[in-house]
Amino acid sequence: MTSSDPAAPVVLHQVSVAIGGRPILRDVDLAVHSGEVVTLLGPNGSGKSTLVRAVTGLLPHSRGTVRLFGTPIEDFRDWPRLGFVPQRSSAAGGVPATVREVVASGRVGRRRLLRPSRAADRRAVQSALEVVGLADRAAFGVSQLSGGQQQRVLIARALAGEPDLLVLDEPTAGVDLPNQQALADALGRLKGRGATILLVAHEIGPMMPLIDRTVVMRDGRVAYDGPPLTQEVASHTHHPHDHTHEGPGGHDHAPHVASPLDFERRAR
Amino acid sequence: MGLLDLFSYEFMQRALLAAFVTGLAAPAIGTFLVQRRLALLGDGIGHVAVTGVALGLLTGTSPTWTAVLVAVLGAVLMELIRERGHTNGDVALALLFYGGLAGGLLITGIAGEGAATLQAFLFGSLNAISVEDVWSTILLSVVVLVVALGLSPQLFAVASDPEFARVAGLRVRAYNLLIAVLAAVSITVAMRTVGLLLVSALMVVPVATSQQVARSFRTTLLGAMLMGCVAAVGGLVLSAALSFRVTVAPGPTIVLLALAMFTATWPLGVWLRRRSRLMAPFPEVTATPHRSTDEHPHEHGETCGHPAVPHGDHVDYVHDGHRHAAHGEHYDEH
Repeated sequence: MTSSDPAAPVVLHQVSVAIGGRPILRDVDLAVHSGEVVTLLGPNGSGKSTLVRAVTGLLPHSRGTVRLFGTPIEDFRDWPRLGFVPQRSSAAGGVPATVREVVASGRVGRRRLLRPSRAADRRAVQSALEVVGLADRAAFGVSQLSGGQQQRVLIARALAGEPDLLVLDEPTAGVDLPNQQALADALGRLKGRGATILLVAHEIGPMMPLIDRTVVMRDGRVAYDGPPLTQEVASHTHHPHDHTHEGPGGHDHAPHVASPLDFERRAR
Repeated sequence: MGLLDLFSYEFMQRALLAAFVTGLAAPAIGTFLVQRRLALLGDGIGHVAVTGVALGLLTGTSPTWTAVLVAVLGAVLMELIRERGHTNGDVALALLFYGGLAGGLLITGIAGEGAATLQAFLFGSLNAISVEDVWSTILLSVVVLVVALGLSPQLFAVASDPEFARVAGLRVRAYNLLIAVLAAVSITVAMRTVGLLLVSALMVVPVATSQQVARSFRTTLLGAMLMGCVAAVGGLVLSAALSFRVTVAPGPTIVLLALAMFTATWPLGVWLRRRSRLMAPFPEVTATPHRSTDEHPHEHGETCGHPAVPHGDHVDYVHDGHRHAAHGEHYDEH
């Protein structure tokens, strides 16, 4: 499967990732082809975010190969081709900043040191703001925006770098429905332009029609890789921790220990 | 001798020059510290720099340069501790703070100097600034300003979201170390005027003042530099004027003036934030069936005083828990 397109934006071959000596991802094979929109689903702790961090180079992998656009990630230098939307609840920092300033910081990978911004930088920022539908809010402070709008700011920041591959880590977490629709519209516009998108999601919602392929993670391994699953199927079969699908009183947030033996096995 | 005569003294001119460049440089780097939510890092470096000053006194070399050296080492150490130790990084930092201060006091004693010598460095001193000090202060300030302003796009990206910056291809660790080193340098720059124990205030308080009214990072940064300048120069002149009657060190005067400026702008900031929250547009969602008011004794309009909040293609007037939108003769609850 991975050998079909050697220069595909993302190719993982038997990748294992360990955090603090504990293997989190095991033997993951995954390819994202040019122009594809792939969603990564799975319960909390299944390794979705770890996978994204391995793909973006934030975490080293202990086995296998990670290739970005055909280059092994250790040798990859063309980082502006990759746009990353980290999992964050807010785009605001300790000091006020306008929407335009935050989005403009997405150009940082393409800007030369000690040089003023060029017309191309400003055009890219403006176009990114228009894609997410926040051009009229460019002069607002980011902390004035709602959580969903701030997520759109973070996406615009990644788009400002004019990436060929966009990696989003849970952009819809805690976002209201109108903003989820706005997010889906923005991703739809990008898909129309031929962008490649890898999206970690808890809720697919209005993004369903955009998706070409679904990958479901489970306990650090790929449990499903194929045509898009509807959210119901994905959450029922592979989403035991999804709180919205549990009956009242079904989950009390305490660790479940069935027997001392079971506990011992878990502890190890 | 009047206040104007004071300006003709060379030591006063030197002090004013030092205060001016310090007031510019300290808030410039302080803005990035506040952005990273490391407002107290400056305080820690200041404490460590006390050891540097004491080493200078002990070895008979210029305390400014030994302080720069030790402060930079301390800043790098703190940055590494912060990066490595996730959970109790602040405890490690506290250990470094107290180690620096205690070491400084001990070495000063060994050097045969009294607390009075050290006091000039801890709280600032008007007449302790030599010509050589002024030049090194200006030189270091210019370095801090050129690097902080020249690399501001990179530093802003790293300070606001290190993970994003790393994926964008920036060497986040190098930039974090750079911020720490610049902070250490500007602290030793401010040592002569504000003093090591109060220097952090000049890095943080002007930023806090500036962000009361500013909406963008750029205006916060430039406003903080302006506030820092006014506080440093103003506080210096004030302390000189007061020193005819009582003994005042410039450091506390500068810091209290900066705090007074913060106190003055704070109500304005509260009002601005409240207004921007009130006037934030309502989201456009597919309408729930809305009710009409039966009788509305009041005619809403541009001058009625009720906040008119944008809502799609019209405005809602907000009063008494209602969102009233004009609809023909009556108002709808939106």
